[in-house]
Amino acid sequence: MASSPVARVTGRVAVPVLGLFWLAVTTVPFLFMVMTSFKSQQESFSSSVWALPEALDFVNYESVLNGPFLTYFKNSVMVVVISVVLIMLISAMAAFAFARMRFRFNEALFGLIVAGMIVPIHITLVPIYLMTRQMGLYDSQFALIGPYVATSLPISVFILTEFMRQIPKELEEAARLDGCGPFAIFFKVFLPLSGPGLSTIAIYNGIMLWNEFIFAYVLTSSTGTRTLPLAIWDYQGQYTSNIPAILTVVTLTSLPLVVAYAFGQEKIVKGMMAGSLKG
Amino acid sequence: MTDITTRPADGGAGGATLSLRTFAPAIFLAPAVLLLAVYLLYPLVDSFRLSLLDWNGLGSDARFVGLDNWKKLASDTLFWEAAWNNILLAVFSVVVQMPIALILAVVLDNAGKGSRILKILYFLPLLMSSVALGVLFKYFYDVTFGPLNALLDFVGLGYLAQDWLGDTRFSLGAVIAVVCWQYIPFYMVLFMAGLASFPAEISEAAKLDGASETTIFWKMKLPHLKGTMRTAIVLSVIGALRYFDLIYVMTGGGPEGSSELMATYMYRNVFSSFQLGYGSTVASGMFIVVILIASVLLRFSKRYETEV
Repeated sequence: MASSPVARVTGRVAVPVLGLFWLAVTTVPFLFMVMTSFKSQQESFSSSVWALPEALDFVNYESVLNGPFLTYFKNSVMVVVISVVLIMLISAMAAFAFARMRFRFNEALFGLIVAGMIVPIHITLVPIYLMTRQMGLYDSQFALIGPYVATSLPISVFILTEFMRQIPKELEEAARLDGCGPFAIFFKVFLPLSGPGLSTIAIYNGIMLWNEFIFAYVLTSSTGTRTLPLAIWDYQGQYTSNIPAILTVVTLTSLPLVVAYAFGQEKIVKGMMAGSLKG
Repeated sequence: MTDITTRPADGGAGGATLSLRTFAPAIFLAPAVLLLAVYLLYPLVDSFRLSLLDWNGLGSDARFVGLDNWKKLASDTLFWEAAWNNILLAVFSVVVQMPIALILAVVLDNAGKGSRILKILYFLPLLMSSVALGVLFKYFYDVTFGPLNALLDFVGLGYLAQDWLGDTRFSLGAVIAVVCWQYIPFYMVLFMAGLASFPAEISEAAKLDGASETTIFWKMKLPHLKGTMRTAIVLSVIGALRYFDLIYVMTGGGPEGSSELMATYMYRNVFSSFQLGYGSTVASGMFIVVILIASVLLRFSKRYETEV
């Protein structure tokens, strides 16, 4: 093509320009968030939004951390850890059955479970709300675990089944010849070999549930039981006009995932992309 | 399927092992099936049952009203406007996100050393919860204290400043912009993977034949991305149809229903107006709309399940 020098020059200019432009688009809201979190309420009203904070003052952080923030944090950790462990175990078991066992309706049941990915969780909201009340679990952290595990299962079973289908059959045969039953084969062969698949679903579901809002919002109501996304919501309701304090809470709730991300970007990006089945 | 284990006909196994083998699938599947039955299937059915009631959800005075709620839904302009907003969200998600994501994927594909760090930073919005983003952008758009209007003012476009979330003309667009801002990097990474899977030998060979980078991109790489693109569209449409969190946090569906979605409308009926019966009708209606659109869409993209 004759235009190639021109194209090369445009490329040389366009790539950094567009790259930096989107970097600005991405970071400007975060800059606003972090900068404002260091301002006093007074300052946020009087000075320009884009003015740097007068001092690197951690007052907002102190007052937020001295409030019930850590309770929300603790609840989030507990709910997410229990849910993710259960998701890994339960979906691995189901995936093992789908990938390696012969039984009637194998494919039909698998299809049905995978179809669960499309169901909008909002249709389950009211019945689950009523059910949770009946079970006496309303306003407890444990109310969240059932819905969290169940709604994460379709995609997790799907990913792990695909994964386990790749595990060489010879290993299974060898274990069987050694006298292993299905349970031993599952725990000694498949579970250890599914490490990468399990870590993908742990990362994906961990992040999704860490950020989950609607179930937590509907199934819990008091500070003692609510999770981090609700911390933002509750603070927002309480301090409507204290923008710096609210943005401090937003910053603090985002921090754990950002720190995790700093340690394993590739893994987290890959884990999140596993959700490209769910969106 | 071919990959189902073929068990050798070993008559040697004892009775206990045999029955264990017969029941093994059931045992392995039981926890998953049980949880899905309780938390997905039962609620799905129950929602349709509740849709036939007139009930505020509190007392025991639930009244069976048959299909009255469904008749109401059919002529409820608020619901159909909300559904229309879902469709707008879906269309704009695709139209805005796909081209930008593709451009960024190409940019990073050519950015050399900087591409890794840029990709990592671009991806940050996806780690944020929608509540965090919702609250952040509520202030970002704020009419008096918001940095957006300040920014417009700064670059001399002050006359464009608006009450972004408080104006019925802008609220939906303002929220869609945030959705796009968050999800563009997701599709970008998807497209990057698609581009990376383009065989290098082919572009080398094309170059030897005198094809320019531009030609290779338009004539070869872009067609190669077709499958990825289809997956991306399916994902973004299905995501848009059941969207809730961000809009609920930013506008609550308002002002005057201008940014109402099916899910926020359902929520409002149940938990604000305490019309649990009618709210369930809205939820079930939403389910039907989503399933209908999703199945049409999936029919058009059979590669959905084989992707990734």
